[in-house]
Amino acid sequence: MLFLELFYVFFKIGLFGFGGGYAMLSMIQGEVVTAHHWLTTSQFADIVAISQSTPGPIGINSATYAGYVSVVNEGYSPLMGVVGSLVATTAVVLPSFLLVLLVLKVLKHYREHPVTKTMFLALRPAVVGLLLAAVLVLLTKENFSSPAENMWQFCISVFLAVAAFVGTFFFKIHPIRMLLLSAFAGLLLFY
Amino acid sequence: MKSNIYLQGFLTFLKIGLFTIGGGYAMIPLIEREVVDRHRWLDKEEFLDLMSLSQALPGVFAVNFSIYIGQRLRGLRGSLALAAGIVLPSFVIILLVAMFFMAFADNRVIEAVFKGVRPAVVALIAVPCVKLGKAARITPSNVWFPLLVAVAIAVAGISPVYIIIAVAVGAYIYGRYFKD
Repeated sequence: MLFLELFYVFFKIGLFGFGGGYAMLSMIQGEVVTAHHWLTTSQFADIVAISQSTPGPIGINSATYAGYVSVVNEGYSPLMGVVGSLVATTAVVLPSFLLVLLVLKVLKHYREHPVTKTMFLALRPAVVGLLLAAVLVLLTKENFSSPAENMWQFCISVFLAVAAFVGTFFFKIHPIRMLLLSAFAGLLLFY
Repeated sequence: MKSNIYLQGFLTFLKIGLFTIGGGYAMIPLIEREVVDRHRWLDKEEFLDLMSLSQALPGVFAVNFSIYIGQRLRGLRGSLALAAGIVLPSFVIILLVAMFFMAFADNRVIEAVFKGVRPAVVALIAVPCVKLGKAARITPSNVWFPLLVAVAIAVAGISPVYIIIAVAVGAYIYGRYFKD
């Protein structure tokens, strides 16, 4: 039964998908392309591209897309494809519910414990390091272009990044407004 | 409408889901602004703690966030409302793309828009880095620690999951056996 299998596979991905979206993508590839042949390799490449260029978490985007395409590839109607999306997305989210609620329950008892406090005091600066790492990892040619490749795009990109930082940090512009402004700038300058 | 926290939470996370481009970390500045600065559902310290928990747990980062915050606000029903908010935009947009326009990624307009958005997303992630520094009690004497973490991940390629686990275990041992 395809839908049960879809549920099982995506539940597993949700349960063992440590390390966020990109780690999940490789699990999805292993299960959906290599093990079950629900998608072709090029359809999987589409998932990666589409998940990155549409809003929302990559894990959800890819589960929704893979759920739909897997079912349609097996010869079902697009409507059943929507059901497939729903099954895959629910399944990928379900382990999070169970785990986060469990952790919160445990934390309730231990939150004020001195050892828990020490752990969180140590983890907080580490998390700031994590965010900094995310910034460093994203300083790539794909995001900024490079002086050798396209001087114009590179300079505009650096300018937009600096402007976005100054705008949100110093002038308290809402990040969503900042994103819309940079989208508009992109459209004007790069089209 | 202000009184209905379910609806408010749902709409807030719907907005976050709709404007998060590029996955997990891109959502942090939006959540921080909405949840910490605007609605004050969490303080900065708890927001940092939530980040380390979400990172250590499997699953979709953004979804873990929404479930945690929803549960803190209104229990299970709160977490369902917020998780629905974060998932819905992705779900609808991806289905539309899958059903109607597969050639979406080649569109020149979309491409130009993304060329503008991507550098801004990177800068937006840098903002909470600076804003949360004080809540994380980072001072000139211990700034080496977050810097070391950043280098370990970005340069040495160590998974953040291992870093969180290592720091948690280290702090546990220190707190349990060495801190008088």
